[in-house]
Amino acid sequence: MIVNQFLVLAALLFALGVYGLLVRRNAVMVLLAVELMLNAVNINLVAFEAVLRSSEAIGQVFAIFVITVAAAEVGIGLAIVLMIFRNRASANVDELNLMKW
Amino acid sequence: MSELLVDYAGLLLVLPFVAFLVIVLIGKWMRYQGAEVAIGAMAINWLYATALLIYSFVGIAPRDVQFEIGRIGLIGGEPLVFELGWTVDGLSSMMFAVVTTISLLVFIYAVGYMKGDVRVPFFFAALSLFAGSMLVLVAAPNLVQLIIGWEGVGLASYLLIGHYWEKHENSSAAMKAFYVNKVADVGLILGAVILGVTTGTFRINEILHLAEEGAAALGAVAVAAGLLIFFGAMGKSAQFPLHVWLPDAMAGPTPVSALMHAATMVTAGVYLIARMFPFYEEMAAGARTWVLWIGAATLLVTGLLALVQNDIKRVLAYSTVSQLGYMVAALGAGGYAAGLFHLWTHAFFKALLFLGAGSVIHAVHSNNMSDMGGLRKPMATTYRTFVIGALALAGIPPLAGFFSKDEILATFNHAGATAVLWLGVVAAFVTAFYTFRMVFLTFHGTYRGHGHPHESPRVMTMPLVALAVGAVTAGWVNIPGVYTGFHQLVEVRGVFRPEEAPTSFDLVALIPGVIAGLLGIFLAYRIFNPDRASQQERDRFEIPALYPLLRRKYYLDDIYWFGIVEPIKGPIARAVNWTNNYVIDGVVNSVAGLSLFLSRIVYQGLDQRGIDGVVHGLSAAVDSAGGSLRRLQSGRVQQYAAGFVTGTLLLVIALVVFR
Repeated sequence: MIVNQFLVLAALLFALGVYGLLVRRNAVMVLLAVELMLNAVNINLVAFEAVLRSSEAIGQVFAIFVITVAAAEVGIGLAIVLMIFRNRASANVDELNLMKW
Repeated sequence: MSELLVDYAGLLLVLPFVAFLVIVLIGKWMRYQGAEVAIGAMAINWLYATALLIYSFVGIAPRDVQFEIGRIGLIGGEPLVFELGWTVDGLSSMMFAVVTTISLLVFIYAVGYMKGDVRVPFFFAALSLFAGSMLVLVAAPNLVQLIIGWEGVGLASYLLIGHYWEKHENSSAAMKAFYVNKVADVGLILGAVILGVTTGTFRINEILHLAEEGAAALGAVAVAAGLLIFFGAMGKSAQFPLHVWLPDAMAGPTPVSALMHAATMVTAGVYLIARMFPFYEEMAAGARTWVLWIGAATLLVTGLLALVQNDIKRVLAYSTVSQLGYMVAALGAGGYAAGLFHLWTHAFFKALLFLGAGSVIHAVHSNNMSDMGGLRKPMATTYRTFVIGALALAGIPPLAGFFSKDEILATFNHAGATAVLWLGVVAAFVTAFYTFRMVFLTFHGTYRGHGHPHESPRVMTMPLVALAVGAVTAGWVNIPGVYTGFHQLVEVRGVFRPEEAPTSFDLVALIPGVIAGLLGIFLAYRIFNPDRASQQERDRFEIPALYPLLRRKYYLDDIYWFGIVEPIKGPIARAVNWTNNYVIDGVVNSVAGLSLFLSRIVYQGLDQRGIDGVVHGLSAAVDSAGGSLRRLQSGRVQQYAAGFVTGTLLLVIALVVFR
């Protein structure tokens, strides 16, 4: 089976996602990066399922769960970003430091 | 009954001090300003002393009662025990009788004499203090108590001599008395300590017992201790050359002079030697020779000084010193009963003479005989009692002084001290001479003063009469061959070897003595009687070479002043002052400086920098740690996310590497 390429792909995507999470200033871009990470994880899961070939299709079921959760989380995340944008006329995460010391 | 008398004899000692306290506290508001308390206490004491006298006389055994009050541990030996108590024997009973009788009469007299005085309660309080101390001294069964009483009478003497302290010379006289006595007390204390440490006890009877046995340890120090103790007695009993304080002590009121400086306090030294008599007999024979010769020197040298005095009290003062010399010399020659007998009779006639002089002084408001004269008629009772006292002093039979003086001269003869015997005879002549000079100048002739002298009130003349009776009869208790009760009385003691009382008069002593006395009176009559010589002749009478020397008191006071007082006041005082300011204060100041310095170190170094540094440092550390740590909470989500990622990476690496 050719699983390694998929894992590498997933790793790269994940790394990109991490990079975007940490570096991007726009809140929406951060959420985008989070989605990217989640998608990378999905690829990972399916690739392992292709190797495992289990009877319940564990990997794919897990991937579906992840997509669902991702969807929910993005909905809420975007709602929060929207509220922030309405209050502060800016979506710059660097400025969101009200919970500091 | 007799046992009870001795058991409670401490009452005699305590009562005067109780009186002292009462007078000090409430005397001011009493009708006689405290005198009633003093007289009351002394009357009780007198009754008790009379009872004790009878008790001892009837021949019941002498006894000590002592209570321990402390002890000191000596290195390597028995501890030294300090006790207080009383001893009742013939000697102390006789002294109790003398002290209480004369005290009582003087106290009564003083009520009249001190009337209107500026400090009456103080006076009677000090008199009570004195009487108590004297009784403590006389009753002392051990040397420590004796010294306590000794110092007590010294204190009372100081207080009373300085009664009129507003005049500087009176307070100086009081200090002179105190200083001279203090110098002598050094000897007494040293001697007592030597005896106590050598024998292990301060109890007099035990020391005497050891002396009788001839204990070797005691023998080695005996002469030294004997001389030192005698030195102490020399001060208190005004022996030459420590007699200088007594004439100046006449600055005190006359009742004080009568009581203390004639009959009681000055006899303490004589009493001391009499009390230690077996010690002097057995072991300290060398010291006894000194006693004899100093007494002999005193009796003549100071008797001569009385010839040139114009102050009536000073005549009597020097006379007292001279008679004390007789007593001391008698003891030195081995005449125990003789010396004490003279103490007994002298107390009566000398107190009488002093009180009589006081009566005169009170009437003419002056001490000087040049302000007197012709008082024979206005002051008849005083005059008659005074003459009786004078005759007794001159040793004319059958008055008291004759018997005692005769016995002393007989003692000199018996001891083979012929030189002293002749000194005594010459001094007897001088005594009679100055005594009757005093009588003639004071009472005969015409009055040279400016007032209107009259007889003193009854409260003053009654004691004079009482004492005159004593001056006449006191000698009859010791007549050789007829009745020698006194002799037997004073020999009733715990440790004593009784002597034979003389069975007949010693003619070698008697005839010269009486002739000397009569000659003295006769010569005084020839020279000083106003009917026989004019006033100028009387005043100008002098013996060319002798009198100027006498007037300067043999330069003795000058020697003491320039030899002892001035050096102490000058260089020594300055040296002591320097030492005090620079050495002693220097030490104190440097100790203070050192502690200041140390405390500054502790404060600044330890406290400020050290401990506060730690405390501040701790808080600063926490502060900076907090400051650093809070930056973790930036509130920026991405930073938190970065932390997650880093941690996860590290975990993964760890898991992979260390699988």
